[in-house]
Amino acid sequence: MTGWRAGLASALLGIALWQLIVWLGDLPKFILPGPGLVAETLWKSRVTLFENALVTMAEVLVGLFLGAVLGGLSAIGLAASPMARALVRPMLVFSQAVPVFALAPILTLWLGYGLWSKVAMALIIIYFPVTSSFFDALMRTNPDWLGLARVMGASKHRIMWRIRVPAALPGFASGLRLAAVYAPIGAIIGEWVGASKGLGYLMLLANGRAKIDLMFASLIVLAVLTLCLHAATDLFCRKFLDRAHS
Amino acid sequence: MSTAPSLFLRGRAAIDGTPVFGALDLQVPAGRWTCLLGSSGVGKSTVLKLFAGLADHVDFVGEIGAADSDDLAGRVAMMAQSDLLLPWLSVAQNVALGAKLRGEASDAAKVSDVLARVGLAEKAQSMPDALSGGQRQRAALARTLMEDRPIVLLDEPFSALDAKNRARMQELTAEVLAGRTVLLITHEPAEAARLGHFIKIMTDQGIEDVPAPIGDVPRAVDAPDVLEIQARLLAKLREDA
Repeated sequence: MTGWRAGLASALLGIALWQLIVWLGDLPKFILPGPGLVAETLWKSRVTLFENALVTMAEVLVGLFLGAVLGGLSAIGLAASPMARALVRPMLVFSQAVPVFALAPILTLWLGYGLWSKVAMALIIIYFPVTSSFFDALMRTNPDWLGLARVMGASKHRIMWRIRVPAALPGFASGLRLAAVYAPIGAIIGEWVGASKGLGYLMLLANGRAKIDLMFASLIVLAVLTLCLHAATDLFCRKFLDRAHS
Repeated sequence: MSTAPSLFLRGRAAIDGTPVFGALDLQVPAGRWTCLLGSSGVGKSTVLKLFAGLADHVDFVGEIGAADSDDLAGRVAMMAQSDLLLPWLSVAQNVALGAKLRGEASDAAKVSDVLARVGLAEKAQSMPDALSGGQRQRAALARTLMEDRPIVLLDEPFSALDAKNRARMQELTAEVLAGRTVLLITHEPAEAARLGHFIKIMTDQGIEDVPAPIGDVPRAVDAPDVLEIQARLLAKLREDA
């Protein structure tokens, strides 16, 4: 069993286990609602969920786009300049030692409760994987290709744009695939700290009112959106970025 | 193409303090094929990289260059064991790579002409992964021809091919590179006997000249003098091993 059949069977198994835990544990619905109740809430609150999902997806997509562009340009800059590598790479590694969760209140303070503090969180969380994957690929260019280009009289600039960057696009694609999964985490953290819209905000609101079924429904919508975003990114990467292979 | 010059290398080389080769005196005559044989690790590829200007990591002490005293940069083309085709470019785009990398306009008519010479006219728009091993190496030869340089450095370009394709590529390469100064690094005595106007064996002691068979290249594989030189080369390589 492969592909979508395996995915569907796995989802059904998960739902069955979930229902089994509810029955066997005899748990109240404000602790663990059953899949039936969550499905009902998904349908009844579909407009609210849709409106908030749109807000979260806008934050995620803008963050993903900016993170990809900034990460890509940073990787090229680092690969092109030994000086930049010496100065910036230690900073990049240090930045990973700072928990991004701890930055959310500061970003909300600086950028407000609107879109941009969440975009910044998503951007920060995906910047390192994108930069790192692309940079590693840029530094692994087949040395014989580089030698051939030098014998042909190519400048460093043209070697970068015509050989190193196209050869490293599969590495950039790996970073983007990770980013598509991480970006929603960043946006949700941002919404938890301060927001009036979005799935993260809806989860907190539902939790405060003991509407755990709505919380689960929000979580399911977020998971489905993340899966769709990953699938779309994967499709984009396979179509446009994975063509360079050695 | 400008006039093909003769090349020389006199000196010693080391990498991180470890000698690659000792005092070496190598002459590569103008407009002819010179085959350089030798056991693995003796420094043949380093010699090629020094001529190509790709030996940044090598400490070379001595003299290297062309007899006409002009700079080698811009007059050398190279072809390696691996075809080095860029997998994201079509065959025609790979052939025109040099012009693109120098920021020059590529000459589409010349690309077509060169591809026709190596028998790949109908594969111009194919991607490299759609080609066989022999076709890929022909595309690499077309890219080398497109550069139109008087000096051509060949680093075992036929070693990955099967016997039939190797013989064809040897003939084609000898034909299209006629008149250029060619330095061929090879492990194959048969290849050297077939293609070399001059044959040299590189050992730890230096360069030893071996008389090449008479006649123009490519020579017939089964010509008596080719077979005789082939046997003599093999014996010498075994002695040096």
